[in-house]
Amino acid sequence: MSSEHSQNIDNLHKTCSQVRRDILRMVHGAQSGHPGGSLGCTEFFVSLYFHILDHNTDFNMDGNGEDLLFLSNGHISPVWYSVLARSGYFDISELRSFRKIDSRLQGHPATEENLPGIRIASGSLGQGLSVAIGTALAKKLNGDNHLVYALMGDGELQEGQIWEAAIYAASNKVDNLIASVDYNGQQIDGPVDEVNSLGDLKAKWESFGWSVLESDGNDLESLISTFSKAKELTGQGKPIVNLMKTSMGKGVDFMEGTHKWHGIAPSDEQLEEALNQLEETLGDY
Amino acid sequence: MAKFTYTDKKDTRSGFGVGLLELGRKNDQVVGLCADLTGSLKMGDFQKEFPNRFFQVGIAEANMMGLAAGLTIGGKIPFTGTFANFSTGRVYDQIRQSIAYSGKNVKICASHAGLTLGEDGATHQILEDIGMMKMLPHMTVINPCDFNQTKAATIAIAEHEGPVYLRFGRPKVPVFIPENQKFEIGKAIKLIEGSDVSIFATGHLVWEAILAEETLAGKGINAEIINIHTIKPLDREAILESVSKTKCVVSAEEHQINGGLGDSIAQLLAANRPAPMEFVGVNDQFGESGKPAELMLKYGISAARIVEAAETVLRRK
Repeated sequence: MSSEHSQNIDNLHKTCSQVRRDILRMVHGAQSGHPGGSLGCTEFFVSLYFHILDHNTDFNMDGNGEDLLFLSNGHISPVWYSVLARSGYFDISELRSFRKIDSRLQGHPATEENLPGIRIASGSLGQGLSVAIGTALAKKLNGDNHLVYALMGDGELQEGQIWEAAIYAASNKVDNLIASVDYNGQQIDGPVDEVNSLGDLKAKWESFGWSVLESDGNDLESLISTFSKAKELTGQGKPIVNLMKTSMGKGVDFMEGTHKWHGIAPSDEQLEEALNQLEETLGDY
Repeated sequence: MAKFTYTDKKDTRSGFGVGLLELGRKNDQVVGLCADLTGSLKMGDFQKEFPNRFFQVGIAEANMMGLAAGLTIGGKIPFTGTFANFSTGRVYDQIRQSIAYSGKNVKICASHAGLTLGEDGATHQILEDIGMMKMLPHMTVINPCDFNQTKAATIAIAEHEGPVYLRFGRPKVPVFIPENQKFEIGKAIKLIEGSDVSIFATGHLVWEAILAEETLAGKGINAEIINIHTIKPLDREAILESVSKTKCVVSAEEHQINGGLGDSIAQLLAANRPAPMEFVGVNDQFGESGKPAELMLKYGISAARIVEAAETVLRRK
């Protein structure tokens, strides 16, 4: 549970460095995958699994009596798999099977192979917020006071189903839900503002009836204080969204701030150059 | 004389509504979701008795499927309700990823399927839903034939772990299945024993097959009528056993011939026991506005068409 997992900031920083190494080595090993968004969301996953969530690594699908996270933008699976393994859901040696035949670590998260920690398939975008709301409703019916967290991409907010879900959660006072948006401003074809601008995102969520928080998604202290504020806002009749500014490719200078590394793997030389920028703190898998 | 009689006509959707209410009383994990069609789906009694276990989602079917998938995490057994069109085609990707691929215990309950929706016309008369749903791995596909069978199926699917597509309709049709007949998923029901031709029917076409049998008997043709209420998994043994005896086949359904029950039977027979086969269904067309009986005649899904198909297939034997 969280007391066992909870780490101080120094340790969280070290974990982030190792998780970034895992991401790069997994994507390099498969020569396939999505490093950019994974690197950008490293602090998000590390702060949740090692500090915020009251969770149980002895996995059961129903997740009663624990906080749950749903990842809607499933393509950033490398960061999730690394964090799940590093927090004890499965052995870190399994990370090397990512995207390979007969693996439980599918390109996009799936339940079919029974990988501990995954409760729904995601990848086709726009669906995860609805699922998270459904589970939040189940928690209310079960009298379970634990919370449901969700992560979405910003480009993903172009999907209509997100806004169906946003209307529903506010209209039905789903106030045991903390959603986050990976607000990195990038999508496959370029900057979100150029592809299909989201306009004033904060005003959109507010007008849909959500409590809106803003954070620096690459700053552990900002995330931790934002989640602590978010928890205080639960139970007050409104769903909560955290607009989390991140930098795609964070931690590797030549990958940062561009959509170029959304979905391609580094070469041998690029991997070496990237790993040189990230300390091996917990031991590579 | 027809070998089945009825004293009452009822809509299959009402069988769903009554079944859901009964289920709600005996299983408190059952929850209902509806996308602004509570009255049409006959979910009002469940909503009234279990307001905390009923979720009015509004006109947002994609969100409804996601909510249902999420509700299973925590142990609920969600029953979603909307028209068959909005239960399948509109939300195919949501069902595929969040429900079928994720192995979620969601019961997708779909009313107003097929041409017999009537006057609303082709926008709402889905004839492709069985095909879409049966192609999804893990999905069970059920199309009951009358009020009693729909009620029994509604109750039975709650006991089955995994996603189910339950398809029913709008018009009042004869009630001829015994009230307390147990519903066994995947188990075909032999309604009339015969030796000349096997007629496999599902949904509203089962009654038409019973009427066709009477006409065929008058012409000296001894038809076997089998109710295939579960299209997937198909009762392979029952079908092969019947065709081993009759050596020719007619399928009958309120659905496109492409992708329907007939397709599944033909695949089974081609691989195991090839036999001449005729298909009664809608032949690659959209429907139109009209009364259900008029539409069934015009689009060739009537007792008369089953008789013709049986005579044709017998000549090919």
